[in-house]
Amino acid sequence: MTHLGIILLQNNGLLPWQEAMGTFFTEGGMIVVGTWIAAGLTLFMFSFVYKDNPFFRFGEHLYLGISAGYLMSLYFFNNMKPKFFYPLMPFLDASGDSTLNLWVIIPGILGLFIIFRLIPGWGWLSRITFAFYIGGFTGISFPKVLNGLLLPQFYATMQSIPWQVNSLDSAVLLLNSLVLFVGALSVLVYFFFSMEHRGFIGGVSRVGIYTLMIAFGASFGYTIMARISLLIGRMQFLMFDWIGDEIVARIGSLFHGG
Amino acid sequence: MKNLIRLAASLVVVLILLLCSAAFSQESDVELPEEPAAAEEAGPEALEGADIIIGLEPAAEEVPAVEVPLPSYVTVSDLPNDDGTGIVVEFEKAEGETEALTYTVSVGAGPDGPWQEVGSFPATKKWKEEAGHYYPAFFWFQKGRAGVSNNIHLFTIQNLSGNVPLETGVEYFVKLTASLDGANRDYPEILSATPEEQWFDTGRTNVLILAVLFGATVLYFIARARRDPNLFIRKISGLDAVDEAIGRATEMGKPILYLNGMSSLADLSTLAALNILGRVARRVANYESKLTVPCRDPIVLTVAQEIVKAGYTDAGRPDAYNADDIFFLTEDQFSYAAAVCGIMMRDKPAANFFMGYYYAEALILTETGASTGAIQIAGTDASTQLPFFVTTCDYTLIGEELYAASAYLSREPLVLGSLKGQDMAKVFMMVMIIIGTLLMTFGVVFIKDLFKALG
Repeated sequence: MTHLGIILLQNNGLLPWQEAMGTFFTEGGMIVVGTWIAAGLTLFMFSFVYKDNPFFRFGEHLYLGISAGYLMSLYFFNNMKPKFFYPLMPFLDASGDSTLNLWVIIPGILGLFIIFRLIPGWGWLSRITFAFYIGGFTGISFPKVLNGLLLPQFYATMQSIPWQVNSLDSAVLLLNSLVLFVGALSVLVYFFFSMEHRGFIGGVSRVGIYTLMIAFGASFGYTIMARISLLIGRMQFLMFDWIGDEIVARIGSLFHGG
Repeated sequence: MKNLIRLAASLVVVLILLLCSAAFSQESDVELPEEPAAAEEAGPEALEGADIIIGLEPAAEEVPAVEVPLPSYVTVSDLPNDDGTGIVVEFEKAEGETEALTYTVSVGAGPDGPWQEVGSFPATKKWKEEAGHYYPAFFWFQKGRAGVSNNIHLFTIQNLSGNVPLETGVEYFVKLTASLDGANRDYPEILSATPEEQWFDTGRTNVLILAVLFGATVLYFIARARRDPNLFIRKISGLDAVDEAIGRATEMGKPILYLNGMSSLADLSTLAALNILGRVARRVANYESKLTVPCRDPIVLTVAQEIVKAGYTDAGRPDAYNADDIFFLTEDQFSYAAAVCGIMMRDKPAANFFMGYYYAEALILTETGASTGAIQIAGTDASTQLPFFVTTCDYTLIGEELYAASAYLSREPLVLGSLKGQDMAKVFMMVMIIIGTLLMTFGVVFIKDLFKALG
């Protein structure tokens, strides 16, 4: 007992294991542990490149479980609590910012209808919710699609064709305008389903699909570049955050004779 | 019928003639006297008073007081076409306005202040002619017309300092100050306005017209499809592959994997994917294969369960339906992708269907599916992901083909009528693009502005 008392006095009242854990759970300690876990899981996921294996399965299930649980808690604290429970029971809100709003009972009931699917014979009630949900969103999205997608594309496609060619730049401009004009029309013809694609229409739609494929090719290259940058980001994490700048520099110097 | 066509043709001719005449009349407006010519006419007298006479010291005169120009009139009014949180200050370009002149707008709760500065802008900016959304008629019929130049300043106030929004129904007082070379001059009158909300946003008139036009067309074709469900739709290549893939999976004794995409039920592509799922479920039930449907959205999950159940019932095999084959994974994008990849590697499905909307996980999913040797059919309107589906899948339904496939398979009047209505909308678009491009080429530009999204 005396020995323990001396140890406690020397360590500010902490046992040795408590002191060790205290060091471990400092901010710096947690960063080190977090980095090791992240690096380990990154390698587990990368192991899928070879083939399906227990490490990948462990990472996959962990990722799936954590994300499902995390998103559920996020929905509860960011949506259910402030948007449903607080307006219905303002006394629960410690900040006192909430006021009584009984309108939230309607979406609450609609939400309950979906849970009723678990009760045999009551599942049909969920259809009311789905009808409300789909109808509401379709109504909201219709003018938004017209205003945000259709009109801007219409506007951008209507361009004057600069016929006067007196330099290379003006020739390129003319070519650009013609490609846009012919490309837009032929793609629209390709997506015209009320006529068989034969003869003249077939020819135009063929130009349309070629235009689409060229656009897809450009988009493919562009997106692959973005994906490579994601890979580089992960590699940088492994090399600099996990292995460390100094060790990477030393390994590098081995190859450069430094 | 012929008379109608003649009438329509003559109307189109009259319209084109009117537009051409408008174009020519605009060209004549351009011929305005130019400033250099006016300066030449003024002669050497115009140089009097200039202090650039070589060889002479400039006279040591007192610097004259800067005369700050002010606009001849200023009005403050409610901001039109808004939700009642804005007022607008409008004034004509002042005589002698230069780039150095700055206007400052201050707002107060009463005619005597205290004043909060809400904005300051050089005299070369903030024009009504460029305002767009709040002044659609001004924009549509004046912007870009030859001979019309920026003439009216317009400053919109929607926030007080500290980003505090204006309140509906509260009167706000406005003071306008002009500044030039350090000298300030207030407009002599303090004006006020009260923000009010409007029910109709005239900036979206073009959206309303198109919505009514397209909506009416779709409704008409839905009614027609109800009378005649055999309305013609061309065959979509790739749909035959659906049956082929299911047959192959049955022969191999392996399951079929069907994904409804990453989006919610509010997305049209998800609805189309669910429509096709119904057809696939019927086929699978007929062939007595196994169908696996991992879902990302819980609401899509419940609908998918209903659809697959209905598909099995329609095929006369309700006993073969297993609700556990249609299951929820997670809403997180990449953990969902990892889980689906795991399913592909472990269950080795013979056919993979990727229908609906996808994001960056598309290539991960289809690459894994391709590595297992499965026949893959994709259908999406996610234009950024289509290149990946085209390169990694055996068949791809591109964009609207997904909706068309849904209509082709289901033959439901609602879907069929919608598709036919959209086809008519495409004809309208093609005609307008041709007319618009021709008119633009001949200098009639306002036709393009009519299609500008101002809202």
